[in-house]
Amino acid sequence: MGSIENSLHQIGVLDRLAAQDTALHRLDPRAKLLATLGFIVAVVSFGRYEISGLLPLTLYPMALVAAGNLPANWLLRKLAIASPFAIMVGLFNPLLDTAPLVHIGGLGISGGWISFTSILLRFALTVSAALALIGTTGFNTVCMALGRLGAPRVFVVQLLFLYRYLFVLAEEGLRMVRARNLRSFSGRGRGITVYGSMLGQLLLRTMDRAQRIHQAMLCRGFDGQIRVAQPLKPGLADAAFALGWLGFFALARSINLAQLLGRIATGALG
Amino acid sequence: MHMADALISPAVGGVMWAATAGIMVHCSRTLRDGFDSLQVPLMGVLAAFVFAAQMINFTIPATGSSGHLGGGLILAVLLGPHAAFLAIASVLTVQALFFADGGLLALGCNIFNLGVFPCFIAYPFIYRKIVGDSPTRGRIVAGSIVAAVAGLQLGAFGVVMETVASGISELPFSTFVLLMQPIHLAIGIVEGLVTAAVVGFVASARPEVLALAEGGKAPSGLSLTKVLAGLAVAAVLTGGMLSWFASAYPDGLEWSMAGVSGKEELEAPEHGIHESLASLQERTAFLPDYGFKAPEHEAEAAGQAEAEPAWPAVEAGTSVSGLVGGGLTLLLAGMLGMLLKRRAKSA
Repeated sequence: MGSIENSLHQIGVLDRLAAQDTALHRLDPRAKLLATLGFIVAVVSFGRYEISGLLPLTLYPMALVAAGNLPANWLLRKLAIASPFAIMVGLFNPLLDTAPLVHIGGLGISGGWISFTSILLRFALTVSAALALIGTTGFNTVCMALGRLGAPRVFVVQLLFLYRYLFVLAEEGLRMVRARNLRSFSGRGRGITVYGSMLGQLLLRTMDRAQRIHQAMLCRGFDGQIRVAQPLKPGLADAAFALGWLGFFALARSINLAQLLGRIATGALG
Repeated sequence: MHMADALISPAVGGVMWAATAGIMVHCSRTLRDGFDSLQVPLMGVLAAFVFAAQMINFTIPATGSSGHLGGGLILAVLLGPHAAFLAIASVLTVQALFFADGGLLALGCNIFNLGVFPCFIAYPFIYRKIVGDSPTRGRIVAGSIVAAVAGLQLGAFGVVMETVASGISELPFSTFVLLMQPIHLAIGIVEGLVTAAVVGFVASARPEVLALAEGGKAPSGLSLTKVLAGLAVAAVLTGGMLSWFASAYPDGLEWSMAGVSGKEELEAPEHGIHESLASLQERTAFLPDYGFKAPEHEAEAAGQAEAEPAWPAVEAGTSVSGLVGGGLTLLLAGMLGMLLKRRAKSA
């Protein structure tokens, strides 16, 4: 339970980060959304034994984190928390794919370990890019960008509702849990019967709340659309951001920049 | 269980995105046709309810573990399939963006696995058929359990199919199936019991809520044959698109290789990659133009090796330069990051 309270707190942290005012935060959200999607596609399109080719792409999340003034420690902690699934599934690779693929000196490294490392790298890249997107843009703005890019209006409006009421309902749920904990001794009352009524109560209250919200919104002229005060106007900087990064991803995808650099370095040294 | 970006290929992710986007557009249209403006806030708030509900646990007797609501089936019961699908999609979107629970590219897969099966299969064809028009406690329990188990089994199978089709994980199909299905049988039973408990409570406390959900929102046009036909078309399209990607993909790589190097030798892997590379290697260090080719080629060889039975051993020199280059790249990226950070702070 503490962990959920914690993750709610984490959303709050993200919101606060997104409320900063750097040049990156001021960019059009569509530019950042498109660049991030392009980044993720570029990352996952590499072959499964690729490691060095992926490394230049670390530039994108690092640049977002740095220019967006996001705390790197916090991002790393989020990565660690989210990693178990990728690690679990990826861990089968070293066990199942034991053919040595790379020899460094006398040491043979199996394909499985290479692809496992590759999976971890992909995971870190894609997740940190998504978190950095929210941290530099904010959820509501990402929703607006989604709407402008053609996502169905009903879906966008309902995403905004979800986000608005997430905290309200989560706090209500936490209060109920605390009340139950105070009244249950040696595990009694934690079974499914009490649980069913608790959730049912919360559900009925939620539906009543939805009705009240709806009436209040109708009073204020709700017609199925939520409007924002500041209109999005993409400028030159936004286009440059999106096109520049997409170009970089295409370059990194077609040329192994890390190996090129390594060749130049080792060649120059040797 | 949410799939992560790290484990899927762009072809699978793209196809599932397309499928999911199509279903979402269809659902939005259906909702707009019979537009009831209460529906939208209700969907949003119920989706938030699913989050809140996941914070409340209950103890599973005799196991020492605890369970909680997953939410797909109960949204379908309360909202009807179309609205529930959009609500589930929004829950998964928030989870992907904030909790790093499933990735952005994998979002299509996750919405499909956790949304389509409960909303368009388990709810209309299992839950509704068992519960019928006169819900009794027994029927609600039976319907919820069977529907939740079926929905989660299909969803887990979807995860397996998508992961295996992506080919990033080494897990063979049979092992993965044997791993996923039993776990999700247990999860499904818990989900069914929880759904039954909540729906049972609502049915006894305020039966009109359920009647409302079933009456107005379940569209009459949803027939089993139509859904099956739709799924068949989707399967054919998916297969077609996947095979198109599968054949186009190496072509794309070869095209980019040829575009970068413009050399004939890359097209003749039989006659010794290593000799040509060895001869190149001397020059590469001094001629960046050649430097493009060799590592590119090496990378392609490693990338395409998976199709071949024998592994072409990657040359030690390449690995070393890969390691050195990788280290340098990270260093460069880190330095750039520091610079940007300083600028962001002073700005």
